Amino acid sequence: MMVNKNHKTNNDVFIIGVGMTPVGEHWDRSLRELALEAMTAAREETGAMRPEAMFVANMLAPALSRQSHLGALLADFSGMRGIEAVAVGAAGASGGMALRQAYLALASGMVNTALVVGVEKITERVTAEVEAALITSSDADYESIHGLTQTVLAAMLMRRYGFEFNVPEHAFAGFSITAHANGAQNPNAMFRRPIKLETYQRAAILSDPINMFDAAPVADGAAAIFLARGDILPSNLPFPPVRIDASAAAVSAVAVHDRPNPLSLAAAEKAARVALERAAINLDQIDFFEVHDRYSIFAALSLEAAGFAAPGEGWKLAESGAIALNGQIPICTFGGSKARGDTGGATGVYQAAEAALQLQVRAGDIQVVDAKIGLIQSLGGIGSTAATHILSTVETL
Amino acid sequence: MEITSHWRIKKQRYALVGEVCPHCSAKIFPPRDICPECGDEAKDHYQFSGRGEVYSYTTLYNAPAGYEEQAPYTVAMVQLEEGPLVTAQLTDIDVKEPEVGMPVEMVTRKLGSEGDRGILIYGYKFRPVLETA
Ligand SMILES: [Zn+2]
Repeated sequence: MMVNKNHKTNNDVFIIGVGMTPVGEHWDRSLRELALEAMTAAREETGAMRPEAMFVANMLAPALSRQSHLGALLADFSGMRGIEAVAVGAAGASGGMALRQAYLALASGMVNTALVVGVEKITERVTAEVEAALITSSDADYESIHGLTQTVLAAMLMRRYGFEFNVPEHAFAGFSITAHANGAQNPNAMFRRPIKLETYQRAAILSDPINMFDAAPVADGAAAIFLARGDILPSNLPFPPVRIDASAAAVSAVAVHDRPNPLSLAAAEKAARVALERAAINLDQIDFFEVHDRYSIFAALSLEAAGFAAPGEGWKLAESGAIALNGQIPICTFGGSKARGDTGGATGVYQAAEAALQLQVRAGDIQVVDAKIGLIQSLGGIGSTAATHILSTVETL
Repeated sequence: MEITSHWRIKKQRYALVGEVCPHCSAKIFPPRDICPECGDEAKDHYQFSGRGEVYSYTTLYNAPAGYEEQAPYTVAMVQLEEGPLVTAQLTDIDVKEPEVGMPVEMVTRKLGSEGDRGILIYGYKFRPVLETA
């Protein structure tokens, strides 16, 4: 189907409401309370519409909160008994995959309105338990059993990357510095202070070569977006609807060692390529890219997978400033996982909500000037699942 | 993981037994019954030599639950001489600092313990190949 650049069609799917809680350690809030705050905020922007369906993105509630069945739980808690609701799980890509399921439901015409809510409650457990829960998204029999964590898997990729491509020391600093500069202006970010190059260079090593600033903190939060089909768009919306121009997803091997080339994020490459084809646009039309930067090496590999840099050269976009808000391809405009905080399975919904704010010109001090088209990519595990969406403004409704 | 699941894969884990594809001769580890190279069925057992070299490595300080008492420890991805990559801990590295490309060989060691009864789980680790006369 060709995309009409400037006019909506009935089958188009739009984001018409967004809501986010601050990311951080919400000791005093439960999973359901966090989710409700984001859901209510997103619905308020639609005039409190009741969605026909709800898709819940979550990764760790069964392991850390002993709570599964989040579709029914959150529909009930938010006073929406009777709608259809389901939880979508794809590890860290749950958010992007929940958005994709909602998109498919609306684009098919079977559902007219849907709420996508991502929620994660991580900080009520000690670090060792959180690490053990996070590593369940890797291969239990052949990775996790050896005592691995996601951080050491990322560290091994980063070391190999440095070895193969002869990358200078501190080459990844720009990813962290840019994310923190942007996060400083995001009221929902966990870290709101910019960092200097020296701060990055002096940071404690987590697992060599990954330092504290190469890894995103995992924390609590909830985000929601309200979707509606073009043929039922309310006429009196307070903010311009944002269109989903393309939705695509792909998977590769769960275990890093099972991939023909561990330094190539094959799922991310495929999902980005298919999304660009479906939106019928080129990379140079993308105004910003919400990268899933759980580790700075992921940001480099994602830029390469999408085609913004050749293999081994993604870090150069950080060094040159190309990824800054005023650069050629701004990334992580609200701070990304690095500064906003990574909310596990909810992260993809934060990315979509942030991209919508950029396209509605509601991003304040972190507004990307003239942002018309945004690319978002949600990664699960060490890039085993990738969900990619392209969002745009529509000039004429 | 339950005890039965450890028992089920003990051959792979104690002895590095994988598979060889009868169609394209690809050596496969971990075993997966469908050849990742040609997509055909591959169930013939294959005994790997256990020799390889370090593809990448790092040291872990913040261990997941169940591994805290071992930390810090060094983990690696090892490229086996027959081709596949495998992930495991490095051991006996007090004698030699690990580096990318370092020759290593498999040994069977305790990986950890599990459950209230502390069932011991054994499996492969890799150690540096020492130059011998
Ligand atoms: Zn084969």
